Amino acid sequence: MIDNHILGPVFIHLFTAILQLVAWRKTATQRVISAIGSFLGLLVAIRLFTKVYTTGILTLNASNWEAPFGIVFVADLLSSTLVLITSLAGLAVSLFSSTGISRQRMLYGYFPIFHFLVMGLNGAFLTGDIFNLYVWFEVIIISSFVLMTLGGRKTQLEGAVKYMALNILASTFFLTGIGILYGITGSLNMADLSQKIKLVNNQFLLGITSTFFLIGFGIKSAVFPLYYWLPSSYHTPPSAVAATFGGLLTKVGIYAMLRVFSLIFIPDDFTRNLLMVLAVLTIITGCMGALIKLNIRRLFSYLIVCHIGFMIGGIGMFTKVALMGTLFYLFHDILVKTNMFLIAGLIRHKRGTMDMKSLGGLYAQYPKTSLLIAIVLFSLVGIPPLSGFWPKIFLFKEAFTLEYYAFVAALVFGSFVTLFVIARMWSEVFWKDVPANVDIEDKFEPLPLARKILLVLPIGILAAATLFIGLNAEEIVQLVDRISDQLLDTSAYVQAVLGNQNL
Amino acid sequence: MKSPILQSATKYLLPILLLFSFFLLLRGHYYPGGGFVGGLVASIAFVLHSFANGTEATMKILKRKPLSLIPIGLGVSAISVTLPLLFGYPPMTGLWFEEPIPFIGMIGSSLFFDLGVYLVVIGVVLTILFTISLNNLEEKN
Repeated sequence: MIDNHILGPVFIHLFTAILQLVAWRKTATQRVISAIGSFLGLLVAIRLFTKVYTTGILTLNASNWEAPFGIVFVADLLSSTLVLITSLAGLAVSLFSSTGISRQRMLYGYFPIFHFLVMGLNGAFLTGDIFNLYVWFEVIIISSFVLMTLGGRKTQLEGAVKYMALNILASTFFLTGIGILYGITGSLNMADLSQKIKLVNNQFLLGITSTFFLIGFGIKSAVFPLYYWLPSSYHTPPSAVAATFGGLLTKVGIYAMLRVFSLIFIPDDFTRNLLMVLAVLTIITGCMGALIKLNIRRLFSYLIVCHIGFMIGGIGMFTKVALMGTLFYLFHDILVKTNMFLIAGLIRHKRGTMDMKSLGGLYAQYPKTSLLIAIVLFSLVGIPPLSGFWPKIFLFKEAFTLEYYAFVAALVFGSFVTLFVIARMWSEVFWKDVPANVDIEDKFEPLPLARKILLVLPIGILAAATLFIGLNAEEIVQLVDRISDQLLDTSAYVQAVLGNQNL
Repeated sequence: MKSPILQSATKYLLPILLLFSFFLLLRGHYYPGGGFVGGLVASIAFVLHSFANGTEATMKILKRKPLSLIPIGLGVSAISVTLPLLFGYPPMTGLWFEEPIPFIGMIGSSLFFDLGVYLVVIGVVLTILFTISLNNLEEKN
C-alpha cells in the first residue's frame, strides 16, 4: 500500500537539525528544540509502527517514479519497529545530552549533527533501494565522525582515525558489491533484485558478491576479525555520543545483513557455516576482551562485540526460530546498550572517573539510582523474566536442534562471561567502599534538581522500555514471529513494492 | 596580494561570474548545470574578490557570515522536498507553474531545491576558505 508519509521520522529530524543550525551557538534554544524534535519523532514513529502493524507493508515512491526505476522507501514490520526503537533511544540520548554534554561541544554543533545521525539511521531502516542504503550509511558515518572528533582531544582523534579508516574500508567493500550486483542484474531496487537474482546463471560470481556485502556489513557491525576498531574508539567520545554509537551504529550493520541476506542473497551452506564460525569467534574474542578491562566503557565496548556474535549466529542458522531470537535480541540490545553507556556517563558525573579501581560506594550514596541501574544490568545478563533472557532461549533451542554445538558452547561461555564481568562491576563500583587514597570529584550532587532529573530520566525511560519488552515478552514474541515470517517469505515485500505483475 | 590589475579586473569579473552562476543555476533542470556548479562558480567569484581586496573587504560586501547561508539553503531545499506532501504527492515530486515566466522559463519546486543547494555550497565553501585565510592573517600578525 502506498503511503506518502512514511518518511516522517526522517523529515522531522531533518527539520530539527536545520532549526538548530539557525540557532547556531544558542545552546539553551538548541536543547529545547532537540527535546521537542526527538519527542515528535517518537510520536511519528509510533504512528508509523501502529499503521504498519495493522495494515501491512507501506511503500513510498520518491518523486512519484514507479518502483523498479525510482528510489522506493519501504516500511515493513522490521523497519518500522527499528525506527520506533531508534526514536526512543534518540529521545533518551537527546535528553541526557542536554546536561551530559559540555557547553563547549554544543557550541561546535553537537545537536544538529546528532539529529542528522538519527535522520540517517531512520533513512537506512526505511529505504528499499540498495544504493540509497549506501548513501544513508555515508550520512551516518560522516555525522558519527564529526560527533567522535568534537572536542578535539588527542585520544579522540586517535580513536576517530581508526574508526574512519575501517569504516571507509567497509564502505568500499559495500560499494564494490553494489557495483558488481548492478553489473549482473541491472537493478538497484532490493525487491526487484530479489526477483532478478534468481535468473542469474553465474552463481559463483554471486557468491563472491555476497562475500563483499558480508565483509562490508561485518566491519560495520564489529564481527571477528574486523572488530578491533570498536573497542579502540568507543571509549573516547563523551558518553552520550558513545551511547548512540554503541546502541545503534553496529546494529545498522546487523539490520543491513538481515535485509540483504533475507531478500537478495539467501544464505547457502557455505555462507551459513562461515557466519556460524564468525559468530563463535566473535563471541569468544569479545568475552576475552571484556574479562581483562577495568575501565567501564572499554568493558561495555567489548560486551557489544560479544553480543553481536549472538545475532550473527542467529542469522547464520537462518531458520524461523533462530531469526526470532536474533530479532528479539536486536531490539533488546539497542535499548540496553544505549542505556549502559548513559549509565557510564552518569557514573562519570558522580565520580569523575570510569576506572573500576578508583570507583566505589555508589550504592551507599545513591541507593535509588543504583537500583534502577541494577534492572538494566540484570536484563543485560539475562536474568529471567527480563528482556535478555527470552531471545537466548530461542537461540539455544535452535542451536541444539540444528546441532551447532560449538555455537551452544559459545552462547554459554558468552552468557557466563557477561554475568561474571557485570557482577564484578557491580561489586567494584556499587558495593565496594571508596578506595582510601581516591578523591571523589562529584559533579552530580551540586547540580540543580531539574538537571539531575535530565540525567536520570533517560536511563529510567530506557529501563522502563527494557522492562516492558521483558515482562510483556508474549507480545514481542508475536511481533518477531510476524517479522521473521516476512523475512523468510519475502513475497509480501516484493508485492508491496512492485505490485502483482512480477509474481 | 595587492595588485591594481587584479583589483580592477575583479570589479568587472565579480558581477559577470555571479550572473554566470545564476545562468548555471537556472539551466540545470534539463541541461548540465544546476545548484552545485552554480554555487561553486559564485563562491569562486567571492574568493577572487578576497584575493584582490583582502578577506575583510569581501566579508563587508557579503554583509552576513557565510555560515548563516547553510541553514537558509538547507531549509529552502527541505521545504521544496516536503512541499508536494501538502498536495498529496510523494516527497520530491516536481510541482510546476502552468505558465512559463519570461527569461527564466518554467519554474517548479525543483528550482527551489537547486536554489537551496546553491546557497549551501556558497556557505560551505566560503566558510571553509575564510576560516583558513583569517587564521593565516592572525598567525602573521
